[in-house]
Amino acid sequence: MTTQTTVSSETDRTIVVERPRISRRTAVLIQSAFLVLIALVSLVPILAIFVGTFQDGNEIIRNGMSFSFDFSELSLDNYVMLFTDSGLYFQWFWNSLIITVIQVVGTLLISSFVAYGFAMYEFRGKSLGFILVIILMTIPFEMLMLPLYVQVNDIGAADQYWIVVLPFLAQAVTIFFFRQYFLGVPREILEAGRVDGVSEFGIFFRLVAPIARPAFAAMAILNGMTVWNTFLWPLLVLRSPDKFLLPIGLNTLLTPYGNNYELLIIGSFFSLIPILILFLAFQRFFIDGMTAGAVKG
Amino acid sequence: MKKLLYNQRLAPYLFILPFVLTLLIFWLVPVGRSVVMSFQEVLYGQATFIGTRNYERLWRDQVFWKAMFNSIRYMVLTLIVLVPIPMILAAIINSKLGSVRMKNFFKSSLFVPALTSVVVAGIVFRLMFSETDSGLMNQVVSFLGFGPVRWLREDLTGLFALLLLALWRWAGVNTMYFLAGMQAIPSEYYEAASIDGAGKIQQFFNVTLPGLKPTIVYVTTISVYGGLAMFLESFMLYAGNNSPNNQGLTIVGYLYRKGIQENDLGFASAVGVVLLVLVLVINLTQLTATGTFKKESAR
Repeated sequence: MTTQTTVSSETDRTIVVERPRISRRTAVLIQSAFLVLIALVSLVPILAIFVGTFQDGNEIIRNGMSFSFDFSELSLDNYVMLFTDSGLYFQWFWNSLIITVIQVVGTLLISSFVAYGFAMYEFRGKSLGFILVIILMTIPFEMLMLPLYVQVNDIGAADQYWIVVLPFLAQAVTIFFFRQYFLGVPREILEAGRVDGVSEFGIFFRLVAPIARPAFAAMAILNGMTVWNTFLWPLLVLRSPDKFLLPIGLNTLLTPYGNNYELLIIGSFFSLIPILILFLAFQRFFIDGMTAGAVKG
Repeated sequence: MKKLLYNQRLAPYLFILPFVLTLLIFWLVPVGRSVVMSFQEVLYGQATFIGTRNYERLWRDQVFWKAMFNSIRYMVLTLIVLVPIPMILAAIINSKLGSVRMKNFFKSSLFVPALTSVVVAGIVFRLMFSETDSGLMNQVVSFLGFGPVRWLREDLTGLFALLLLALWRWAGVNTMYFLAGMQAIPSEYYEAASIDGAGKIQQFFNVTLPGLKPTIVYVTTISVYGGLAMFLESFMLYAGNNSPNNQGLTIVGYLYRKGIQENDLGFASAVGVVLLVLVLVINLTQLTATGTFKKESAR
């Protein structure tokens, strides 16, 4: 828009001294204003939930969510209720926390294993195998949920956490990402490790994995948010309310009969906190990790 | 055991074993089962083969075609929204203008929506798109001079809400992908282009865009997937799988309705098989056309 290339501004300098500087500053201003505006817009729904945590549930249902509210009617009642009379809320919270940790650690480990195998070795069936990874990546899980659900019922695995976790440990998208990253790791490291008498798995754990730390951070965030928010599969598989994960629990508060909007809103707001902490903690590595593993041609 | 750990020829197979097992147990077996079930009538665990009758029923089923139309329309529209907009945002962040701190704030706030669950996002959007005059979106439109809109009752305004929800949740993630892709483009390319006299816009089209091709392929692929598999967003926005006049019903929603809610597993499997074929055809065409497979087998 208003930017001049540095080359032309250098040559123009003798003629127009001020113009390039001003136009650059204007450009920065316009850009900043634009970015701040978009950032605020994208935070609006989050702010709306936050405001909702101080509002009466009936009020929210009746008037919808907005920023025009009566200050005198805001109260901390919802917070009091959350910590005194919220039923299974904290049980669900805890369940989600545990499942997220187990599944993220498992997925990172297993998927990086697979990716490493594809990236670093030559073996029969390798390219066919990897093409299968890509194809797998493009198949919606929703398409498989029905036969899997039938199968789970057949083998009596319903209502158990392992069946919630197991199907997603070797994740095609995560494998794909890790492989891209490992392709950038020099193979000489493997040779050096072998000369020093390190086993193949030792090479992975002691030499390659530490280099790939940014990739692990990026995938921890992406998988963390997926698992923390996972809904459909646990909804099908889990039966007992005390085993529910947080999103399913929240959804059960939405009944046509009862009115649990207070708990629903404040519970939704609190459900954001752990994942926000994870994101802010690993954010530094995030872009690094994504860049190094960027989808290369 | 020790020998096993040091064996270079065996090691790759051990590494990829979890993938092979997952593929077999959680993919091939269910797909096979789904195909078999689609030719059966399944009632209380009793399955009888009924030939292609499920598919014939599907072919004549108006609701199925409606769901199909909804899903494809949603997928195409999300592609139109969720590829160019994040790309432009990434290009702005990637430019040398502006302060780093502000850009970091921008990146974080753009990413935060992706951290919300579909349950939370759906509830907030449903309340923001409330029919009352005081709902947030109705305040916005009345500010612009329109009357209150019954957002979720009408087909197109409901679709708008769904698209906004998708844009809100995924723009940040896609921006990150594009940003990562842009940062992987060597800066020498830009210097060379700028010496040749190319302006910023020309640089974007001649350096950035070609350099981003793999990222574009990747983002398009996952967006096609996400668009065709969409279900929960509409499930939450419409408070269940029953939207007015089925306007929010998607293929997966229909699969869920038939298979889980109505226990018509054979028919639902036929829906699933059609969905599978559709996704595979679209993506395999796209990946072949962009040369992704050729590159993979050459490696």
